[in-house]
Amino acid sequence: MRPVITIESLSKKYRLGQTHTDLLSEKIGNRLRKLAGKLGKGNPSDAQKTRPAENEIWALKDVNMEIHEGEVVGVIGRNGAGKSTLLKILSRITEPTSGRVTYEGRVGSLLEVGTGFHHELTGRENIYLNGAILGMTKTEINRKFDEIVSFSEIERFLDTPVKRYSSGMYVRLAFAVAAHLEPEILIVDEVLAVGDAAFQKKCLGKMQDVSSGGRTVLFVSHNMTAVKELCNRAIWLDGGCLVNSGKTDAIVTQYLHENARSIHEQEWPNRDTAPGNDKVRLRRASLAMEDGGGPISIRTPVQIEIEYWNALPGAELLVSLYLYNIDGTCVFNSDSSPCIYPSGVIREICHIPGNLLNDGTYRVAITIVKDRFHGIYRLEDLLVFDVQDVEREVHWYGKWDGVVRPELDWTSEFIGQSRTDPGLAERS
Amino acid sequence: MNVKTDLSPLAAVPRRKTVIVPSKGWISLNLKEIWSYRELLGILAWRDVSVRYKQSIVGIGWAIIQPVMTMIIFTIIFGKFAKLPSDGIPYPVFTYCALLPWNYFARSLGDSSDSLVGSAHLVTKIYFPRIILPVSKVFAGLIDLSIAFIILLGMMAWYRMVPTVGIVLLPVFIVIAMLAALGVGLWFTALNVLYRDVKFVVPFLIQFWMYASPVAYSTSIIPDRWKWVYGLNPMVGVVEGFRWALLGKTAPLISMFLIPILMIFVVLISGLYFFKRMEKTFADII
Repeated sequence: MRPVITIESLSKKYRLGQTHTDLLSEKIGNRLRKLAGKLGKGNPSDAQKTRPAENEIWALKDVNMEIHEGEVVGVIGRNGAGKSTLLKILSRITEPTSGRVTYEGRVGSLLEVGTGFHHELTGRENIYLNGAILGMTKTEINRKFDEIVSFSEIERFLDTPVKRYSSGMYVRLAFAVAAHLEPEILIVDEVLAVGDAAFQKKCLGKMQDVSSGGRTVLFVSHNMTAVKELCNRAIWLDGGCLVNSGKTDAIVTQYLHENARSIHEQEWPNRDTAPGNDKVRLRRASLAMEDGGGPISIRTPVQIEIEYWNALPGAELLVSLYLYNIDGTCVFNSDSSPCIYPSGVIREICHIPGNLLNDGTYRVAITIVKDRFHGIYRLEDLLVFDVQDVEREVHWYGKWDGVVRPELDWTSEFIGQSRTDPGLAERS
Repeated sequence: MNVKTDLSPLAAVPRRKTVIVPSKGWISLNLKEIWSYRELLGILAWRDVSVRYKQSIVGIGWAIIQPVMTMIIFTIIFGKFAKLPSDGIPYPVFTYCALLPWNYFARSLGDSSDSLVGSAHLVTKIYFPRIILPVSKVFAGLIDLSIAFIILLGMMAWYRMVPTVGIVLLPVFIVIAMLAALGVGLWFTALNVLYRDVKFVVPFLIQFWMYASPVAYSTSIIPDRWKWVYGLNPMVGVVEGFRWALLGKTAPLISMFLIPILMIFVVLISGLYFFKRMEKTFADII
């Protein structure tokens, strides 16, 4: 079989300083300050310090692969593995830093449902708008219009502005338009994780139709069940590199197994070689679950224990714990209570309650702080652990949004019959 | 991004072959591709117009109220109190005729410079030539211009004025106004993505620019030896063009028409290249 997509040593570099926009006034200000530093007696190193550190991140590094006609390929990997970057390059949203991609035919990309939907416009108007944005011609939309409407099951609300739609109706309409896109290559990013169970099934069916029609599908998902069900081949990315690719079942199994690897305990029995300095040295760090071993779920309370040798008798010490998620976002930073200890071993335990963290991989870093502000030792990646999702009661399997996922108290009450309008009828 | 598309004659079903490689240096504008996205351009312009009038209570009247109110205040302040010359044309008609292209320019510039940042959700999720967004704003503004134009015809009838034969060239000046708005708009659209404080600069610039353009006054008050400097303002050509085509008011050809129009093309072509050069980074930094 001939490859429809050929990817050759594809790389994409992001500059961290570049990922947020600058202020023009700031830039001009910096220039002036630098100039003033050069001219006057000002300290030029001050101006140097104001420049943000330009950290480079390779979102994709030297990826090679071929995808053949009619294949349904699942792209899997942790967050930050480069999956989205790959899809964005293939859909030409962003440009590669080096390497090349060759493909044949039209590419349709669904990186989200309802791209470009406008709340003030009616369902009918949004079908045309969204269709055009996805790359359909007006004649094409006209031809498929009835089919799209009946697929979405929103006939009655076709002339209602979509701002009055329930979220379910909105998603159904959006997906109906997308599902009728007929490109030779379809790129889908996690969009199946929307809608109710019945509609999800319908979408999966529609996608299967797409692949049996000889079309090629690239599908990114964290939902391994969906990947196994839909894809005949899987591609596993990690840290921007291709780890492996092949039959879906084998790759998914390998991926799940590999991802279980984490650091739940580290111990340094020898004080002289333990990480630290002449003030403090680490002895042990570990993760303890209150309900014994087993995988950590979003409901499991977790204890992080840290033991260290103190060589600063009389100093007021505390441990500052940083928890990072896989994207490198600091989820929280928490300090132990400052205390004065004699020299010897100190143990600090941080209790993270259940129902706080979202599912995902977390890294623990600590800083040992003297006199409440003076950091005397810092260690990254002390512990690495995964928090798993639990069976949900709702029929929705997508990644739960949010850095954290706390269980909060809600007060719900019925406050009387209100005047309903037709658009609100389906809203629950 | 350098994207080459061609029809492969060897395949049983001819399919486009596309190559994606990093772009280097100055790239071609690829006008052919922009043409192939004309339906999207049309639908985005239609969306802007339709949403604008759906959301406001006054609806279509808004396109009339704005220039008419400005015309009234200018007539009172500049026409009656300051007694600025209007070259023998009734002051209300004189200033309203200039407000048509000026308001069009100001609105299109404001809208287009916001167009990319305002559509960040599109830019990061789907590919299309990014230039479609500012271009669609320039087209959407034409609706307001046409509505306001009808009022001008009414005013001219009231003052018993007949348009000169120059009116046949009005479409040319409208196209020039579009090119002026697009040229300046492209610069600010791209700068707005790169530097977030540009959005505060644009409203100020528009306000400042209006007084540097012959909207409330006539170019006849500019001393002759400074006329060519004044003509470096591209909007001079557009405004004077409207006055010439509709009211028959003449102005020196070189300083009031040729220099400004040349400036429009300088701004437009440099804007196109600047935009195109920045285009590849938009999705990464927006």
